[in-house]
Amino acid sequence: MGEKRAKRMALIASKGTLDWAYPPFILASTAVAMEMEVAVFFTFYGLTLLKKRITAKVAPQTNPAMPMKMPFGPKGFQEVEWPMPNMLMGNMPGFETMATSLMKETFKKKGVATIEELREICLESGAKLIGCQMTMDVFGFSQVDFVEGVDIGGAATFLEFAADSDIQLFI
Amino acid sequence: MPILKTKKAVDGLSSGQVLKMLATDPGSVSDVQSWSKRTENTLIDHSEDGGVYSFLIQKK
Repeated sequence: MGEKRAKRMALIASKGTLDWAYPPFILASTAVAMEMEVAVFFTFYGLTLLKKRITAKVAPQTNPAMPMKMPFGPKGFQEVEWPMPNMLMGNMPGFETMATSLMKETFKKKGVATIEELREICLESGAKLIGCQMTMDVFGFSQVDFVEGVDIGGAATFLEFAADSDIQLFI
Repeated sequence: MPILKTKKAVDGLSSGQVLKMLATDPGSVSDVQSWSKRTENTLIDHSEDGGVYSFLIQKK
């Protein structure tokens, strides 16, 4: 009959911390590499991932259970898993900043791209990145705050694409 | 990253040409098979030697 249309993936990215920033960009860039059409709708805290300079930090509070390894020091030391006591995470000043540096260092050592690099790959390869108009109004963002190539739209824009898509994920 | 780079490299080939790709990411074994299946390129062969995974991919 007609040609089969390409597979489509519709993502909503609603979180702005570093640990939540990777999933939408990894999925989007990989999906485009697999010749799928991709649209990612950034809303609420996810909007911050569209800013020219991304300042996302790790939120250790969202990781109460997974012990982490340190990305520095002698080999034996790097194998040690450190549990993250909830009391420390909530109360120690600077913990979030330290956790962010450690996470970025770990990713760099393992050869994982930065968020900015992944975002650039997404934009270059035709994935649609859409900023949520409503959240922008509420939080006072405007298109000039964002990196080039970002579209603006509301829920209906996302839903129109998602209605005819194969993979829909809320992050 | 292996998949993203593979896609870019294969895009630069003509139909029928073969790409040899080397990766150190153990996840690439499964990913390259999935990618090849999805994009209808042919994974002719793959092997591993000392932590380096090697793939031969023919462009459709």
